[in-house]
Amino acid sequence: MSAATLPAPVKDVQDDGRIPLRGHLRHTGALVRRNLLWIRQDPESMADALLMPIIFTLLFVFVFGGSIGQALGGGQDGYVQYVIPGMIAMMSMTLSQGVGTGFCQDFNSGVMDRFRSLPIGRGSVLFAKISVELIRMLLATTVLMIVAVLVGFEIHHWVGLFAAVGLSTLFASSIMWVFLTLGVIMKSAQSVQAMGFLVLFPLQFGSSIFAPPQSMPGWLQTFTDYNPLSTLADAARGLMVGGPVAHALWVTIGWSVAITAVMAPVAIHKFRTKS
Amino acid sequence: MTRIDNHPVPGATSAVSVRGLVKHYGETKALDGVDLDVREGTVLGVLGPNGAGKTTLVRILSTLIQPTSGQATVAGYDVLRQPRQLRRVIGLTGQYASVDEKLPGWENLYMIGRLLDLPRKDARARADELLERFSLTDAAKRPASTYSGGMRRRLDLAASMIGRPLVLFLDEPTTGLDPRTRNEVWSEVKRMVGDGVTVLLTTQYMEEAEQLASELAVIDRGKVVAGGAIDELKAKVGGRTLRIRPADPLQLRPLARDLDDLGITGLATTAVDTETGSVLVPILSDEQLTAVTGAVIARGITIASISTELPSLDEVFLSLTGHRASAAPQEDSTPTDTREEVAV
Repeated sequence: MSAATLPAPVKDVQDDGRIPLRGHLRHTGALVRRNLLWIRQDPESMADALLMPIIFTLLFVFVFGGSIGQALGGGQDGYVQYVIPGMIAMMSMTLSQGVGTGFCQDFNSGVMDRFRSLPIGRGSVLFAKISVELIRMLLATTVLMIVAVLVGFEIHHWVGLFAAVGLSTLFASSIMWVFLTLGVIMKSAQSVQAMGFLVLFPLQFGSSIFAPPQSMPGWLQTFTDYNPLSTLADAARGLMVGGPVAHALWVTIGWSVAITAVMAPVAIHKFRTKS
Repeated sequence: MTRIDNHPVPGATSAVSVRGLVKHYGETKALDGVDLDVREGTVLGVLGPNGAGKTTLVRILSTLIQPTSGQATVAGYDVLRQPRQLRRVIGLTGQYASVDEKLPGWENLYMIGRLLDLPRKDARARADELLERFSLTDAAKRPASTYSGGMRRRLDLAASMIGRPLVLFLDEPTTGLDPRTRNEVWSEVKRMVGDGVTVLLTTQYMEEAEQLASELAVIDRGKVVAGGAIDELKAKVGGRTLRIRPADPLQLRPLARDLDDLGITGLATTAVDTETGSVLVPILSDEQLTAVTGAVIARGITIASISTELPSLDEVFLSLTGHRASAAPQEDSTPTDTREEVAV
């Protein structure tokens, strides 16, 4: 063995074992590479990010677009302008589940034991997973916008579009902590997915994403009013096509900060103490 | 830097020291006050049935879980107070191969090299080197999910070696492997030990402990019930068992009595297995085996079958502790219940 010719591992760690920022970045980078290699190894895993925006956009625009658009007073074309900003929000939400299922798989396969027995910050494992899901999310958003333009969505101003994408990403990254917690405490990736579906489905449809809540019964309107996905969709709509923005924007940012403040410590605690 | 610099004289001090270690899961006492030491450069085998607490012990020592009470140090680092430093000097191979199945073998090793702060060039070189050493070069680019059980285990061992650990934890490294693959893994472990790594190995097989360990701690229900140098313990257990089945079943008991009377087998006593109609003789040495066989032949008994077998975990427990292992019997254990002791 050529042990003598190789240097011993660089231990750029301080005496108390704390890992400097440079180390954290290197570890996160190595783990991002791992998650990207997964995609190369298994390209079908990108199907949700690439196909879902196409299928959902076409379904909603062509199935509901006519009738809801009529009620809105703009026809199918009016509905496209209404629904696309909300779809960005929905897409981010659905993809943020991947963090939870991925984590659950890592725990079950034993590879998480390997990571946790290595001298790396445990946060690196979290941040790498989140980074890769954010990359997937931006890809999905790009596909969504291409389809949206093809079915007649008008981009009024790019700044508004980027602001809306940024806001969706911010909110999704706060929801990721919820899925991370689920991924750590639940036994299988399937149950994380099932649980995610149960949580997300009412939030997504009981909101102003797909239809204006004015026609909904009072109790449901109350729910949609408080549903952060409504404010996110309203803010995105305001930013992308115009209309009131400020209130929805601040409420959404408030929700993101609050969810992160509560759920990030819970997720990190559950992750650290998981046996 | 050479290997020797990292590894002081074998046996000089304890590389692993465990005192009064307790781990409770609610009402269940997974560990109930474990004390043990692994001297530097040696291999300690931790032998016990399923559920004895072996994996819990390894998980505490590799900082994956925290003990309820008690103390443990690895290479001088406390598991509770210095987990970050401790992780720099250990390698872990779990009961289930903990490699990323979706990644190719090479990428698994490169990733761990980077996580251990090796510069890119060195991480690449180390991955190549270890794949070569563990005979996985041909499979380097294939996802680990396509590997056989033995290959996956070898990749797992290679992954544990990337950081040149001072202490290596092997949690049932050959459970679930076929005998040929088991031998492969054993020879790899022996090579690592040859490099001067201190090893704590858990196993359900006496044979595995004999092959790899110099000292043994027998663990049952979260407690160490016997321990010491493996040769001493082997003498107590009786090493192999000679199984003789006389053609005439009526010869069974007289033969057993005669063999005991001859006193060839020393401390251990002959047993009769009525179900298969055979005499079981504990054997400590080849000389003894020859003497016992000679005695049987001298009596002019026709032998229907004769074989030697290694003691099962049940037999080891019975010999060392006077009681059977508490967990459910293993699939590969012999039907010891049908046996009855013959009076000395």
